[in-house]
Amino acid sequence: MKTGLRGNAAIVGIAEYPHQRHYTGPPMFMLEQWADLTFAALVDAGLQARDINGLVCYEISESDSFVPATIVEYLGHPVNFAERLDLGGASAVGMVWRAAAAIELGICDVVICALPFLPVPAWETSNVKDSQLLFRSTSTQWGSPQAEFEIPYGNVGQNQGYALIAQRYAASYGYDAAAMARIVVHQRRSGALNPNAVFHDQPVSVDDVLASKLVADPLRKLEIVMPVSGGAAVVVASKEIAARCRHRPAWITGFGEHLTVKTPTHAVDMCLTPIGPASRQAFNMAGLRPDQIDAAQIYDCYTITVLLTLEDAGFCAKGDGMRFVREHDLSFAGDFPMNTHGGQLAMGQADAAGGMTQVVEAARQIMGRAGARQLARCDSVFVSGTGGVMSEQSALLLQGS
Amino acid sequence: MIVAHPGNALLPRPTELSLVFWNGLAQKQVRIQRCADCNKWVFYPRCRCNACLSDRLVWQTVSGCGQLYSFTVNREQQTFSPPGRVSPILAVVELDEGVRMTSVLVNVDEAEVEIGMALIPFFDRIDDRLTLLKFQPARRP
Repeated sequence: MKTGLRGNAAIVGIAEYPHQRHYTGPPMFMLEQWADLTFAALVDAGLQARDINGLVCYEISESDSFVPATIVEYLGHPVNFAERLDLGGASAVGMVWRAAAAIELGICDVVICALPFLPVPAWETSNVKDSQLLFRSTSTQWGSPQAEFEIPYGNVGQNQGYALIAQRYAASYGYDAAAMARIVVHQRRSGALNPNAVFHDQPVSVDDVLASKLVADPLRKLEIVMPVSGGAAVVVASKEIAARCRHRPAWITGFGEHLTVKTPTHAVDMCLTPIGPASRQAFNMAGLRPDQIDAAQIYDCYTITVLLTLEDAGFCAKGDGMRFVREHDLSFAGDFPMNTHGGQLAMGQADAAGGMTQVVEAARQIMGRAGARQLARCDSVFVSGTGGVMSEQSALLLQGS
Repeated sequence: MIVAHPGNALLPRPTELSLVFWNGLAQKQVRIQRCADCNKWVFYPRCRCNACLSDRLVWQTVSGCGQLYSFTVNREQQTFSPPGRVSPILAVVELDEGVRMTSVLVNVDEAEVEIGMALIPFFDRIDDRLTLLKFQPARRP
């Protein structure tokens, strides 16, 4: 029996703040950003505030708990479906499939998924230190395995975890630093045409990547996302609602999600990532194969994340990623269009909203609204999301009718 | 909760359960749990087996020998080890029993580090109560 989504829900509206390294606008509370992004995404879809009856959120800076109700009250529209996700960079993809599932269950028909990340007003001079920010993803709480067995050895934050995975990959399958650099080069070529990208109009060469500072062996600075401000929202709606929206709907026809470990030290095999099972489920649900998609929007916190996703999602065989990257043009103009918005390596990473850039670009390409980087044909797009250090990964298949 | 240490170290605060592990290290012994029902070795310390969820976990003293599963050299972030004990070589070590742990390598030149290399424990005594388990290359025959 076929299980999962029937493809009766679609992304019908999108909104995205331009990414900035040094934000030039006024600070906004996240509740304000929620209202702002929701309005923009509804207008984009051709819908109105009263149409909302579901929402999926992440954390907000104004409240540690009761976040969905706080947002619902602020927006002023009651909902039948509310979720708060805690999947890091996989949250954006996780939001979209949960919205689609709720719509197909018939409990709502217009769901807002938003991830605001502009600077918020500071009550007083912020005393948060960089070292404290590092611990956001590595818990210092008593009883946390990370506090007891990771932090004392300096395994804090993300860079080192991804570096450990890359080193293991190198020992198991070999490593070609120039091939990895091509991922950055091709994405930055696409990102150069994206006005919302922090590296708009700033292509780089393989030599630039290889000459950038080594951060944690073998990862270099240009292979790592730059933290930026930003934020984005999408509206997911039912078939009936989609019929009266302004753009070509991006139907949600498949999804998968898989969680294994928080810390990759404990992964059965560091080089076999959760996107494998997640993607297989997504492709099966949609009735598609990896060679049938028109674009791949692959979560790219680091180049190694992209490489392992290409392999584990089935775009090439295990251990064949370096060759795949060497032999394909991954830019929007190439034979394997990947991260046609430049990915987060070109856009910058606005915290968990980084993952929403991949979702928004997938919808934008299907809607035919990607401007100078629009693909000639874009009917099927694979999207991936990655949280933590390959801790949790999600996959989506979006299709135009 | 984290325990501040001179030199900005963030040292572990053992739980009632994990104290067996930490007390073992203070006596230069590596103690890990094994499931009496399914025989799986378990690390980090848990109240139930992470294969079958049995609560019949038995502490056993092992050699602490293993091999290097992966490593990286941290070139940028501050490390949180006490001064004089800094090792920027972050390591994932697979013990002979098959469990993995995060640690750092000591008494080794960066250029010698190789995935798969044989490692033995290095007991890094911080104070009377706390010893960290680090690793160093096994002596070649």
